[in-house]
Amino acid sequence: MRKVFTVGLVVALLLPLLTIGQGQPTDTLGRVKARGSLICGVNNAVPGFGFLDERTGTFSGFDVDYCKALATAIFNDPAKVTYRPLTAAARFTALSAGEVDVLIRNTTWTFSRDVELKLNFGPVTFYDGQGFMVRKASRINTLRDLNGATICVLQGTTTEQNLADMARRLGITIRPLVFTDVTARDKAYDEGRCDAMTADASGLAGARVRLSRPDDHKILPELISKEPLAPVVRHGDDTWYDIVKWTVYCTIEAEELGVSSRNVAQLRTSTDPNIRRLLGLEGDFGRKLGLDSNDWCANIIAKVGNYGEIYDRNVKPLGLERIVDGKPSPNASWNDGGLIYAIPFR
Amino acid sequence: MIEQKRVAAEVLPPPTLRYGPLRWLRENLFSTWYNTLLTLLCLWGLYAALSALLEWAFTRADWSVIPANLKLLLVGTYPAEMLWRVWAVLYFVVFLLGGSAGLWGSLLRDAVVALSAAFFLLALLPFGMSERLLLAGLALLGGGMMGAGWLLRRAARLQTWSKRILLGLWVLSPILVVVLVGGLPGSGWLPTVSTEKWGGLMLTFMLAIVGITTSFPLGVLLALGRRSELPVVRWFSILYIEIIRGVPLVTVIFMASVMLPLFLPGDTRVDQAVRAMTAFTLFTAAYIAENVRGGLQNIPRGQYEAAHALGLSHFWTTVFIVLPQALRAVIPANVGQFISLFKDTSLVFVAALLDLFNIGRSILANPTWLAHDSEMLLFIASVYFVFAYFMSRLSQRLERLLGVGER
Repeated sequence: MRKVFTVGLVVALLLPLLTIGQGQPTDTLGRVKARGSLICGVNNAVPGFGFLDERTGTFSGFDVDYCKALATAIFNDPAKVTYRPLTAAARFTALSAGEVDVLIRNTTWTFSRDVELKLNFGPVTFYDGQGFMVRKASRINTLRDLNGATICVLQGTTTEQNLADMARRLGITIRPLVFTDVTARDKAYDEGRCDAMTADASGLAGARVRLSRPDDHKILPELISKEPLAPVVRHGDDTWYDIVKWTVYCTIEAEELGVSSRNVAQLRTSTDPNIRRLLGLEGDFGRKLGLDSNDWCANIIAKVGNYGEIYDRNVKPLGLERIVDGKPSPNASWNDGGLIYAIPFR
Repeated sequence: MIEQKRVAAEVLPPPTLRYGPLRWLRENLFSTWYNTLLTLLCLWGLYAALSALLEWAFTRADWSVIPANLKLLLVGTYPAEMLWRVWAVLYFVVFLLGGSAGLWGSLLRDAVVALSAAFFLLALLPFGMSERLLLAGLALLGGGMMGAGWLLRRAARLQTWSKRILLGLWVLSPILVVVLVGGLPGSGWLPTVSTEKWGGLMLTFMLAIVGITTSFPLGVLLALGRRSELPVVRWFSILYIEIIRGVPLVTVIFMASVMLPLFLPGDTRVDQAVRAMTAFTLFTAAYIAENVRGGLQNIPRGQYEAAHALGLSHFWTTVFIVLPQALRAVIPANVGQFISLFKDTSLVFVAALLDLFNIGRSILANPTWLAHDSEMLLFIASVYFVFAYFMSRLSQRLERLLGVGER
């Protein structure tokens, strides 16, 4: 009797485990809808890209805005995002394990990540790369002007190697001043011990704000290394990948067509077929993506903004201009000579 | 022999030394010319080290980053319109603590006096009017409940009943706190607030309190298990303790938060905060177990034999004779472990949670506050220090109360 009771108890305890995970949708979009919120893997401490804003009491930044855009495409509500701050070490495991639906966390698109980690990268949202910060008064405007300059750089990083390679390629001489830590490097540059400072452009932007007179400095638009940052999803759900891809293209296309959060409501009367397709007045694109409404892109533009608005709100305050003195950075629109280019909506 | 004993009986207690601060200074700091020199040198060294810090803290530092972000630092991204629930939890805890302090007295009384004083001091700071009133209310409630408890103590029957009610509330309190902060699914007035939105000092406290209260019993069981005569129990305990002690805490949290879903079937998801709490509990329990085992080894064999002779079973010997002595002996080691756990909660960023320290880091990435890292880090360090020191003092009181080191 007692044995039967024990066996029965164990079976009763284990039975619920068998039913776990049954009857739930298996596709990412279905799971997001059933849950009622998008789980977005973000970085919680990168100036301009992901941080906590005391005015809204929640996360803010360039990457965070793309989480909001994706949530708006699905739910028409930028607030329906659960932010999961991830460390660099945990981000890909968290994505592969299904802990997050999408990873938008200043992640560089590389061959090994794309192929070996079995991930899919969406369109590049930000072309980061090694750049240079100089004083506005210094009359250094291009890389060649750095000839003979003293440059503050971190020791033993690829940054130092890239710098030497660039000097050799351009046939100029530079005098690197090498530091082992970021604070010391920034201080040396601030005190005028170097003519220029080199690091990833987004890192330079963060450093610039900490200088004693940030407005006296500018970041050159030319970059000497490639760090394309893009949203990432898992292999195996192409519908979901499409939604992430076209969410980014929606913001870029809107900028190209001159549609912004301010004029999106008026432009509903537009006769331009490109704008009409973008805003979901023609073409049934939203339903084809598997979304509930054809207004998905119009909603993104209205509630989050187009690419230019997202960029200007988050990255521009750091001093990273898309066009510096008439010279386009890679993050300028292709119409201005940059690399930001949307695939046509047709 | 007899003469010796008589001499011993005549030994007087050492005279208590009482003298003023001037004499103290002379005897301790300026007794000889080289002591005077050393004192002056040390004073100069202290001045050189601290003056720069003080000068920076009072003139150049811009502390506005702290008040502007206070809400984030205290409760993280918890919805602002739901903050009354956090206040309610604070009031509930102070109510319980105050009442218990009045009824049982001793150690709790010191804690509640310190707590009420702290709330009163906070109420003097320039917060908003409603926050100041709420803080003053907390101070009053702490003091008032202590007085009420003290009065109830006089009436024998009321005393037993109120003690029972308070104990019941203590037992229910974890559920009440979780429901208040996390919400009741399906009810209109307590909408759910998922643990992703818990953060800041509130999360730090929750992790530390849950970690401490659950790891302690688990650790005691493991310590007893390691000394058990049942081979399976003994080997399990040894294996558990050695494995957990052999890996860094970050690894345990990483396993619990990132790797766990890979082993669970289908879409099963365990809450992030629960995972982190489990990781802290499992980790600390192994260390507590070894501390307690040290205490167990201190119990002389005669104690077991005496208990056996009195007819106590193995179980009751452990409960009444062994554990009280063993646990008392390892209070300092265990409190050290708890303080360490309290500070280690800052590792939860691995589990995608933002405790006090990581909320601070996230605020510093805001372009508005980029240049304020020194102020923010100093503030966070002092918050950790205040609570770690509070725990340390409390444990010293507890030791004195139980006469550790005197018997």
